[in-house]
Amino acid sequence: MSSVRVLVGTRKGAFILTADGKRDTWTISEPQFGGWELFHIKGSPANPNRLYASQSSSWFGQLIQRSDDGGKTWEPVGNKFEYASVPGAHQWYDGTAHPWEFKRVWHLEPSIADPDTVFAGVEDAAMFKTVDGGQTWRELQGLREHGSGSRWAPGAGGMCLHTIVIDPTKPERMFIAISAAGAFRTDDGGATWQPINQGLRSSHIPDPTADVGHCVHRLAMHRSRPNVLFMQKHWDVMRSDDGGDSWREVSGNLPSDFGFPIDVHAHEPETVYVVPIKSDSEHFPPDGKLRVYRSRTGGNEWEPLTNGLPQRDCYVNVLREAMAVDTLDSCGVYFGTTGGQVYASADGGDHWSAIARDLPAVLSIEVQTLATP
Amino acid sequence: MIRVELPAHLRTLARVSGEVLIDVEGPVTQRSILDALEEAYPVLRGTIRDHGTLKRRAFLRFFACEQDFSLEPPDTELPERVVSGIEPFLIVGALAGG
Repeated sequence: MSSVRVLVGTRKGAFILTADGKRDTWTISEPQFGGWELFHIKGSPANPNRLYASQSSSWFGQLIQRSDDGGKTWEPVGNKFEYASVPGAHQWYDGTAHPWEFKRVWHLEPSIADPDTVFAGVEDAAMFKTVDGGQTWRELQGLREHGSGSRWAPGAGGMCLHTIVIDPTKPERMFIAISAAGAFRTDDGGATWQPINQGLRSSHIPDPTADVGHCVHRLAMHRSRPNVLFMQKHWDVMRSDDGGDSWREVSGNLPSDFGFPIDVHAHEPETVYVVPIKSDSEHFPPDGKLRVYRSRTGGNEWEPLTNGLPQRDCYVNVLREAMAVDTLDSCGVYFGTTGGQVYASADGGDHWSAIARDLPAVLSIEVQTLATP
Repeated sequence: MIRVELPAHLRTLARVSGEVLIDVEGPVTQRSILDALEEAYPVLRGTIRDHGTLKRRAFLRFFACEQDFSLEPPDTELPERVVSGIEPFLIVGALAGG
């Protein structure tokens, strides 16, 4: 019998939701790290009971917590994130040069094979790595120093490296995304990087097709097809079939192609999920209807999924880290809202129910599919 | 012994309750108190002052004997009543509402 563990990061703490493989009865943990912002919590694929959490606060800065028992207990580990070289300057909102300053960890991506190795995406944008279970962190400075950094600029949420996707067939190959710089790829474990933004078009930057400067909100990949990437950009849903070398728009018939999260079905590489949001200034669903859109054709043709979701008077947002899938035979899809709801579907999106209704604003969702002895 | 009062979240993090008592060698200043505090409770490193610059985090304040020492140089000696343990050194989180 399998079980599912949903790791929920919120504005005011972490919550762990658990259910057996039927996914019809859920238990919600007490708040963990109550009062702190939990930008991201993720488990190690190599040891699912090893979890890492990014805990931060405007008062007390950044902490990293580690658990070895699936989130029952936690131990603070290293929180020293220092840029490996003189950080330099990026563009500020007014176009002036602004010094790089560490603010917080947005994303923790554990290695596929080693529970002690984790990559961290931070604001101001950079990538760090630990090989000792989080005790010490070292910047992979090749990203920040590859040459275009002075043209990166913060999005409204800050200049954050928020997405890290590891190629499961070639772990030294990774894809990352930065708001607002764009997507980048390394083929050598993070030593060198190249921007992969050809085909993106962003009307809010002076050169809409520039090599960097795009506000990429999220990347997603199916583990069986690491050359196929999906992207939710600030506006536009995009697809690449060549590992990011080129992109084409697949927004198709979406009611709005603005949004934050994007994910891929666990067993159907052409089945993709997005949550359309009305606009970049009106961060809520069009028409007050919370709809997940599913494409079974790898984009362009989208169908609204509404069964069990509020279809009137709904004005929540779904943030970029707040959607995930499980790997059970009938793929589960999960997302969290800024209104504190966590919705789940145990049948690939056909039917939804709220498995938590009144949490603080949800920042991130990750799902672990566990084999229960 | 120097008495230090931490904000609630840092007491939880350091797994202490009530005031913390620490030994401080030499002049008793913000810097020497924080050095000793972080030595005794390494988990507090980076939470009260920045790792690299050692600057006070913007939303924390340092009070003692009904005075605000937050903007004083970190090597300013603190009042005798703090040195003698009569009064605590207070690390206070800025208020936030709404």
